[in-house]
Amino acid sequence: MSDAIQNGTQEPERRVIDINDRHTVNVGPQHPATHGVLRLIMELEGETVTRADPHIGLLHRGTEKLIEYKSYLQAVPYFDRLDYVSPMCCEHAFALATERLLGVKVPERAQWIRVLFAEITRILNHLLNAVHLALDIGAQSPSLWGYEEREKLLTFHEAVSGARFHANYFRPGGVSKDMPAGLADQIWEWSERFPKFLDDLQNLLNNNRIFRQRLVDIGVISAEDALAMGFSGPNLRASGIAWDLRRAQPYDKYDEVDFDIPVGRHGDSFDRYLVRIREMVESLKIIRQALKAMPEGPIKVQDHKITPPKRADMKRSMEALIHHFKLYTEGYHVPAGSTYTAVEAPKGEFGVYLVADGSNRPYRCKIRATGFSHLQAMNLMSKGHLLADAIAVLGSIDIVFGEVDR
Amino acid sequence: MSEENQTEAQAVAAPADPFGDRLRAVSGVSHVMLERDERIIAVDRKSLATVMRILRDDPNFAFEQCMDVCGVDWPERAERFDVVYNLLSVTRNDRLRVIVTTDEATPVPSVSEIWPGVTWWEREVFDLFGVSFDGLVDHRRILTDNGFEGHPLRKDFPLTGHVELRYDEEQKRVVYDRVALTQEFRNFDFLSPWEAMNTLPGDEKAVGGGSGS
Repeated sequence: MSDAIQNGTQEPERRVIDINDRHTVNVGPQHPATHGVLRLIMELEGETVTRADPHIGLLHRGTEKLIEYKSYLQAVPYFDRLDYVSPMCCEHAFALATERLLGVKVPERAQWIRVLFAEITRILNHLLNAVHLALDIGAQSPSLWGYEEREKLLTFHEAVSGARFHANYFRPGGVSKDMPAGLADQIWEWSERFPKFLDDLQNLLNNNRIFRQRLVDIGVISAEDALAMGFSGPNLRASGIAWDLRRAQPYDKYDEVDFDIPVGRHGDSFDRYLVRIREMVESLKIIRQALKAMPEGPIKVQDHKITPPKRADMKRSMEALIHHFKLYTEGYHVPAGSTYTAVEAPKGEFGVYLVADGSNRPYRCKIRATGFSHLQAMNLMSKGHLLADAIAVLGSIDIVFGEVDR
Repeated sequence: MSEENQTEAQAVAAPADPFGDRLRAVSGVSHVMLERDERIIAVDRKSLATVMRILRDDPNFAFEQCMDVCGVDWPERAERFDVVYNLLSVTRNDRLRVIVTTDEATPVPSVSEIWPGVTWWEREVFDLFGVSFDGLVDHRRILTDNGFEGHPLRKDFPLTGHVELRYDEEQKRVVYDRVALTQEFRNFDFLSPWEAMNTLPGDEKAVGGGSGS
């Protein structure tokens, strides 16, 4: 400071500082909070988000194109790799779509096994999402607990299919193998202990002050907006619309099980979290009903033009051997036609639009990814919130990029 | 939708069908059919936006949600692309499939103003099929890489693509190269010649000049 100013003889020079605090920030694509490979271009004013522009496609593998070059049976494993957090539910949609075109009816036991494992998968998915949401906003221990519980469920996956994630278990015409002896008892035993875990998890999170401050009234989406944006599943139910495909358009054995549809009221991140927690309780109910109701019997359609014959039969029957050979080389021909078949996957409506031209490969297989619609609403939901809240919103809408990018 | 398919589906829709009649009454709907209990309508491209608005706002239809938009490529047709909209009504618990056709050059009216959630699906159809949408604000590619050329889900786009990525040690960055296949692309055709052949060789005259396959 000059002497003149200090003495008060000269006016200090005025400087106008532009407090225009606008930035454009790039989040991702490699960042743990983006749940995969999402690149978010955020326009910020100070720390407030004015626009969020998600750039997707970094995990695009051309699944739909690849399926056009594979037989129907070969297409199934691609579905595991879509939503890798809930693999069996994706297979479920494809299996149902193919069965619809083939016009086959799956045996009772297979339908129950599918319901059972679809619900186990739902718990797997919701567990991961709930604890990752907590992790995103700074709580570490729930994720450790959740992973331990998930590990038990993945053991069941492994027991039936041989793989923890990429199960390739639900096939057009049934499931690939029967459940091993004793597995039903193990699942039942687990189902008795799981409510305790869920209570512990809720004790840790539900009334936690930080957890609530970060989620309540954040990322609110109204019922009208949610419908217009094509929301489905827990995200739609959190906005107050009791819409569940398992109830509205039941497939397999869902019309025979008793369960409630949890609905939120505010459509904020916290409601989305709560709906998922409640859904786990409902899934547990369905799992127990499925275990009780499951009859003995075949686990796939007995038409060996569609499902493979038993190994033992192949040693003795020439016809079985031919069936096996034809099935694994040529596959089966699906009558020409098209179907849009959707299931209530853990994340929402997972649909398959299948166009068959009468050959052994799908002519077109469009995959209606759940997260695609949800991620699109990212701009709508995070506008006006802080940058850190945008991450919480992203965590609460349950995005998996294997599915969004296909 | 092949021709044969449509006639087959129409035959199914023959019995009394009040909902189908209501759909038929909407101007711009050229075709209503029922296939495996799934309702499908074909709409003239020009009137797509008005029809869609009626389908959403008329309480008889009340399709509040457009779950999915996708393209299907039929290269042998004059208008080679189908654009397929899968609508859902949560109040009436019903689904509807709306199909419009177009070619490479003609844009389809965008319905992203009716259902804002359709924006990304239309971007996807544009990206993968090259169908442009008239009135779609955000006309960027969505799934493919920046600077990608071509529309990969067209039937004439090869499965292997045209370019592949590799890291270039000299330039110290990832570069694109033409695809080099070490082995010719094998597209197995399992269609058995016996099943496809309706007339045996030599029988053409007796059957009336029908070609073998």
